[in-house]
Amino acid sequence: MGEVLVLVDQVDGTVRKVTTELLTLARGLGTPSAVWAGPGFSDAAAAVLGEFGAATVYVADGDQYANHPVAPKAELLAQLVAEKSPSAVLIPSSAEGKEIAGRLAIKVDSGVITDAVGISADLVATQSVFGGSTVVHSKVITGTPIITVRGNSVAPEPAPASPARVDVSVTLSEAATKAKVTGRTEAVKGGRPDLTEAAIVVSGGRGVGGAEGFSVIEGLADALGAAVGASRAATDAGWYPHQFQVGQTGKTVSPQLYIANGISGAIQHRAGMQTSKTIVVVNKDPEAPIFELADFGVVGDLFTVVPQLTDEVSKRAQ
Amino acid sequence: MKIAVCVKQVPDTWAEKTLQAGDSTLDREGPEGVMNEIDEYAVEEALQLVEAHGGDVTVVTMGPVKAAETVRKALSMGAEAGIHLIDDGLHGSDALATSYALAEILKDRGFDLVLFGSESTDARMSVVPAMVAERLGWAQATFAQKVEISGDSVVTHRVSETGFDTVEATLPAVISVVEKINEPRYPSFKGIMAAKKKPVETLSIADAGLDASKLGLSAAWSTVADFAARPPKAAGTVVTDAGDGGVKIADYLSEHKFI
Repeated sequence: MGEVLVLVDQVDGTVRKVTTELLTLARGLGTPSAVWAGPGFSDAAAAVLGEFGAATVYVADGDQYANHPVAPKAELLAQLVAEKSPSAVLIPSSAEGKEIAGRLAIKVDSGVITDAVGISADLVATQSVFGGSTVVHSKVITGTPIITVRGNSVAPEPAPASPARVDVSVTLSEAATKAKVTGRTEAVKGGRPDLTEAAIVVSGGRGVGGAEGFSVIEGLADALGAAVGASRAATDAGWYPHQFQVGQTGKTVSPQLYIANGISGAIQHRAGMQTSKTIVVVNKDPEAPIFELADFGVVGDLFTVVPQLTDEVSKRAQ
Repeated sequence: MKIAVCVKQVPDTWAEKTLQAGDSTLDREGPEGVMNEIDEYAVEEALQLVEAHGGDVTVVTMGPVKAAETVRKALSMGAEAGIHLIDDGLHGSDALATSYALAEILKDRGFDLVLFGSESTDARMSVVPAMVAERLGWAQATFAQKVEISGDSVVTHRVSETGFDTVEATLPAVISVVEKINEPRYPSFKGIMAAKKKPVETLSIADAGLDASKLGLSAAWSTVADFAARPPKAAGTVVTDAGDGGVKIADYLSEHKFI
């Protein structure tokens, strides 16, 4: 079994959950090596990577990975692919991850597959496309398979190892530094889990009726320790920030539990949540298409049902 | 400023998308084709940039015959000219081939900026803009919710998980935009009429000087082994709220160990 490179998704030195999922997946394909790009590598980070089976951690320290978007990480991975001839490269299916994968594919003359929800031992990727209506099995047939993997596709399983640290240095091309990050602005400091990582998502749509109504949605989310999502109708109307939009032109999520409140379920929204493991629906309209997706649904006013549900959840938690 | 906007014709959002049994490519003939929604925002942004800074907008597309409608739509919004790469040999091109073809057409025409929508609603890969930047060796300023020209740089707000990053890029640059950026204009009647007279350069693979062996299904570096419709979900339980809807959901969640 060959070496499988896994690009670490980390924020301010903390390894994100999707990395542990990709390492777990990589163990089924070969021997995982984690690739850390940027400053802040620590013993704590090494411990997390080791816990999920990384045999090696390539550490490319340096501000350049934070100061210039995408291109430097692609160059780092290209260098490692050339030096180590891995059997595959796994990258999280974030916006940045997909762009890194695309640029890497050109650099190393390889095919690229995005948004895999599974990968077999012989590197056949499973993709859920067209809003979840079609399941596709695909394969890279030229070069080193570069595959981006959706979060929440694989349950992370520990398999403790003691990774060897290998420091890597890359001289960036001029092209990689033509775009510079000159500032970071945080719009929302959340206490809630990240939408694409959360096990439970509670969403609100047109039925919420306004920004104030979202407090009911947030109440339920907080009782469940869930992330909040919103339909496009709600974000377009300015009732909730765009970064929480779930749908065809927003985020795609696949949590264990998705609770849709006041959302009709048109394809725009379905495309973003159709593969959630369990779907619960609350909507006034019994004809709403979203009921077709529901494992459990209540036809009713969300402003009555949701607060009652929130109450029950809090009561039962005690 | 000379700005190019790359647009893609995709099946209508409301249409059912299917892969064809023969070669596993997307059926583009059946459903009605529309301009990829986020591309409308890219066209709008380009138009606003030339309204502010002077210059003109060229719309570029790679697609079958009916993609010409998408070119016309951009022209009726206000783009000056179009370039349509059309050739049977393009059928089944993957992202590597698409980015190669587009980069070859875009280079050496003096564009200061090339704009894209961040993602197409059919393939949903979000890779082509970055790959075009890679091939051209230009700055990549993608996922922009705001674009501003500042001298010979462009400053964008790149969407991040918690807000945005301010990215400054040298020109020429490749930009992709997200929906939040603006509100696309509807073509006026005057614009629709004027579009009929605007020049559209139609290019085959040979006309564009492309290497045919790098394009199309046979050149693709990944392949579909098989596909199938997702098995229909078993019908769930739907009840009407009789004052206890919330309790019933709590019971369900408890039964399924969510609480």
